[in-house]
Parts: sequence; C-alpha cells; structure tokens
Amino acid sequence: MKFRSNLKILAIASVVVAAGAASYLIAADHIDAPAVTGTGSDITDFYVFQSPSNSNNMVFVVNVQGLLAPAATAAASFDEEVMIEINIDNSSTKDNMEDLVIQATFDNGMVKVYGPSAPIEKGSNSTLISSSPTEAAITSYGSNPTIGENNGIKVFAGPRDDPFFFDLNQFKAIIGGTATSFNNPGTDTFAGTNVLSLVVEVPKSMLGSGSINTWATTNREL
Amino acid sequence: MLTMKNFLKYLSVSLCAASIFTFVSCDDDEDNAPAPIVMYEQEDHMARPAINTVFVSTGEKDMFNEMAPSLQGPAFSTKFKDKLLALNSGYTTNLLGLDAATFTSVLATDVLTGSLTGATTFYDGTNVLTGRKLDDDVITVELILIFGGPDAMSNPGLTDDHVDQNDKSFSGSFPYLATPH
Repeated sequence: MKFRSNLKILAIASVVVAAGAASYLIAADHIDAPAVTGTGSDITDFYVFQSPSNSNNMVFVVNVQGLLAPAATAAASFDEEVMIEINIDNSSTKDNMEDLVIQATFDNGMVKVYGPSAPIEKGSNSTLISSSPTEAAITSYGSNPTIGENNGIKVFAGPRDDPFFFDLNQFKAIIGGTATSFNNPGTDTFAGTNVLSLVVEVPKSMLGSGSINTWATTNREL
Repeated sequence: MLTMKNFLKYLSVSLCAASIFTFVSCDDDEDNAPAPIVMYEQEDHMARPAINTVFVSTGEKDMFNEMAPSLQGPAFSTKFKDKLLALNSGYTTNLLGLDAATFTSVLATDVLTGSLTGATTFYDGTNVLTGRKLDDDVITVELILIFGGPDAMSNPGLTDDHVDQNDKSFSGSFPYLATPH
C-alpha cells in the first residue's frame, strides 16, 4: 500500500515536471497527453466497428506513436514495457466499468493478445491475464501484414498509414486566435504520416449483446 | 505426516533423481509454480476522438488520461461545459438537441459506444455514436455539434475543416488500415 502511494506521488511529481517541458513539444503530437508525448504509450486514435469482411465480428484498432515520418517508421517499435488494453463495459446499466478486457503485449518481435476476459483488476491499474494469447509476429515496415489467428480472433501489429484526417494546424490557429475560420480546401495535418497499429478482430459472441461501451488505455509495467 | 500430495512430490523428486541416469527429461518448473503476476499503471486513455484535445485544459490532460471513465464524468462535466461555452459563447443546443450541460456531461465520461447489432458509425446521417469506422469524418461531426447550433447552420466557417477523407484508401480485408507511407 505504502509502496503504491509513493509511486503515485512520484507519478504526479513527474507529470508536473513533464507538463512544463511538454508545452514546447505540443506541435508534434495529437496534443492530448503531455506526460507521454513522444513515448510508446501515446495513443493517437481508437476505432470500433463491425468487421467489413464478417458481420459476426467486431474490430478494435488502437494506434500509438503518431506523426511518424516515412523515414522514421522502420526504426519505430512498440514499447515492450507498455501493455495496450481495450476495455469493454457490456453491462445492461452501462456503469462504464470494464467487464471484459483485451490486453496486448509486445515482446521480442511478437504481439500477444489476451482475452477478451474478465479483468483481474478494474480501474486505472491492470494485471495481465494469464490465458493463452493469440500471437503474431509484429509486421516490419515494408512487409506484407502478418496475421495471427486463434479461437476466431485475428491480430495484427505493425506500422500503417495514420487513418486519421484533420486540419489540426488550422484548428490550433483558430483556438489560438490567429484565424477565424477553416480553409477550403483544408490541409490534412496527418497526410503522409504513419502510426504503429494494433488491430484485433473478435467474434461479437465473445463481447456480449446489444451495445458495448469501450475505451483504450496504455499501461506501463510496474 | 505423509499426505498424498507430499507423497506425489516425493515420488516426482525420486523419479527426477533417477532420470539423471536414464536421460529422461524432468522439468521441475511445473512444480506448482504460479504464473508470474505482471502489473501495470495506466498512462494514456482514449475513447471518442479529440475529446481530451478539445475539452481538457493543458494542466489537466494527464489527469484525465490516467482516470477510469467512471470517474471522469463527475470530475470533468462542469469543466467541459465551461470549455464549450468558451469555444462557442453563443451555444444554445446542438443538432442532437442537447443543451450545454447535457452535451458535456455525456462527453466527460469518455467512452466510445459500439453497437453489436447493426451499423457502427460515429454519425452517418441516421445512426449516431454506434461506433467509429476508419473513414468516419469524426472531426466535422464534432465541429457541427460544438459550433453548428440546433440546425447545424451557425458559424459556417467553423463547422467543417474541409478535410473529408483519409489520404489513402482503406482495405476491405483484415487489417483494413492502409499500408504505411
């Protein structure tokens, strides 16, 4: 308990320091996470959709490490200390507490995806599920996608084009008071850039019924 | 007392000792060793697109990212409402008919709903917040909800960034995202 409290204080202290430093780095990110900007745990986007190739499946996409230039992409890698978690609330009341989690770890060129399973721990701390994972080799830059399959679950991890599109720079100019409207046509700030993607396709039957509330997190190993 | 379990363990040790001479492999890692417990602490959070970017003030972005969504709503609803009114002081309601307090209380609990029974889209003209597809123009939807007023006609210079699609096409087969540049 004491150890955990100290960790939390340390984390808050680090955040205060990082927040000061990060104000100079905001232009190089999706600008929403000063403490993790430029690290392996910086999430850029999260997508949830019915599989275009099988209407019985759902697809989850979590992208990290945004605005990778093509020349920097081959050297980019998933952080082996960071676990990506997809949290799923499938309760009828939608209490926004996770009833299921899908956890992905990256180690020695492999992605391992655990779940969907009930979490060992709910909330902002997580414990790795020990069930047998769906594995795939992490696809390297320039290679065809390597797809892992197990128990109806499909897994991919590797560099992809950033699917996000937004004239972020003009938005910042508007917020900053140096512009009053968007341009037409706008300029996609994310055009020509890459991200590291985790894509997981799961049978809907493993997720519940009706609808689910979902969110993605990155989590650093303690 | 020699219980059955201890007896089995004794037997197993004896067999291992014997196997030295017979070259039978014997792995005592399986001797009731529990799987290692690996624990993590949350560093970043994401659900609906650009919510933190737009609504959370600079000094609180990390706090928001480290919070479970069930705690975000109570902590951030009022702050999101203040931010909404700072962005658009003329806000009354939006295309969904939500007043400022209702709209921001929905947004402050940052989860992305996904339908398991039909269309999954951020907004397609019919379905609202049933998922997020790769090609959904989520930013324009959010700009309309923030700036467009009840009929989406207010502030026309702010309701569309005029970037309507990705710079690469998506695939119909797994993993769906386009190859990197």
